[in-house]
Amino acid sequence: MADEVILLGFWPSPFGMRTRVALAEKGVVYEYKEEDLQDKSPLLLKSNPIHKEIPVLNHNGKPICESLIIVQYIDEVWNDKSPLLPKYSYERAHARFWADFADKKISDYGSRILWKKGEEQEEGKKGFLDCLKLLEGELGEKPYFGGESLGLVDVAFLPFSCWFYSFETCGNFSVEKECPKIIAWVERCKEKESVSKSLQDPQKIYEYVAVLKKRFGVE
Amino acid sequence: MADEVILLDFWPSPFGLRARIAMAEKGVEYDYRDENLREKGPLLLKSNPVHKKIPVLIHNGKPVCESLIIVQYIDEVWNDKPLFSKDPYETAKARFWADFVDKKIYDCGTRIWKNKGEAQDQAKKEFIDCLKLLEGELAEKSYFGGDTLGYVDVALIPFACWFYSYETEGKFSIEEDCPKIMAWVKRCMEKESVSKTLAEPQKVYEFVGVLKKMYGIE
Repeated sequence: MADEVILLGFWPSPFGMRTRVALAEKGVVYEYKEEDLQDKSPLLLKSNPIHKEIPVLNHNGKPICESLIIVQYIDEVWNDKSPLLPKYSYERAHARFWADFADKKISDYGSRILWKKGEEQEEGKKGFLDCLKLLEGELGEKPYFGGESLGLVDVAFLPFSCWFYSFETCGNFSVEKECPKIIAWVERCKEKESVSKSLQDPQKIYEYVAVLKKRFGVE
Repeated sequence: MADEVILLDFWPSPFGLRARIAMAEKGVEYDYRDENLREKGPLLLKSNPVHKKIPVLIHNGKPVCESLIIVQYIDEVWNDKPLFSKDPYETAKARFWADFVDKKIYDCGTRIWKNKGEAQDQAKKEFIDCLKLLEGELAEKSYFGGDTLGYVDVALIPFACWFYSYETEGKFSIEEDCPKIMAWVKRCMEKESVSKTLAEPQKVYEFVGVLKKMYGIE
């Protein structure tokens, strides 16, 4: 019996993009449903009654919520190719740590760059770049955080790269200048179809940010 | 060769308690080291340079950080009495609810003792709402893990020794609002891995008093 896999997402969401990269890496066929976050569908509200957020993966009618939990689920179920987590427990804990780091820090600092001005924005920029430098250290000389292939940390962090242009433009700085290894890693990842077909166009993200700024009356 | 297992921790920390309970469940012998969080030791700073926080599990010299990641690591390495189901969907559900506890319980609980008036009332309401959602997830099971302690039990039970502090500061009764959670706490406390590990609620309350003084809260 064929699997029924539905992904409820919202196109600019880096959290939704994580799930799409993971599904693409595994070659999973799925139906994508774009949510209107201002008019959430009954399926979303039924599938994620606690947080009412995307992404939600519906696998044969069973909902899985929270992007990093979904990615680990995908890795466990479709375990015949492209493992996203290492085999050994210590390396797995290490990968989970850095995915959690990307989760906790990048979004928060990025938001401050986009929505704040003055000192708060500067703090956001500094925090964001400090995080990227730590991630550069973790990447080291490896082509990907996962080693020779994409891993959990690559999948967790990559989607934020399509927001870099928005952060740079709003914050008036260059990620390439400060963290060239990160940009090199992004370009390397984009050579993979699973990534290039899943990430959004940075220019479209920036236009979306402009729409949000207008809606919230932010300069 | 015997394992060397060190836990860098702070006695009232619910996050550290998660690691302690997981290791007690698995019968892991370890060297417990209480950290002075106002003067963090060189081993902590070296083992967790990114966050500089406890708990940190150091297993044969290799550090593992972040309490839920530590618990998953403990479960994988000492893999008898598993904390997770073999079924990926049940595992995803357990991770979801542990993440829910992580995001909500500590935050609401802290806001109860740090605030007064409307801010405190709001925190109390959210706290009880979260516990009611957890009661729904527990349903008729003995533990969140089913017949034995599971990942969600380990994630949540440490907060039980903070309940007395939340109740006293917030002037409410968790038993009254969420009796199923209290019944679950009592059931967990029948297990030695929990009863011998949890901090004493009265001592935690005294510690909260010290914290309040430190923060200049009435």
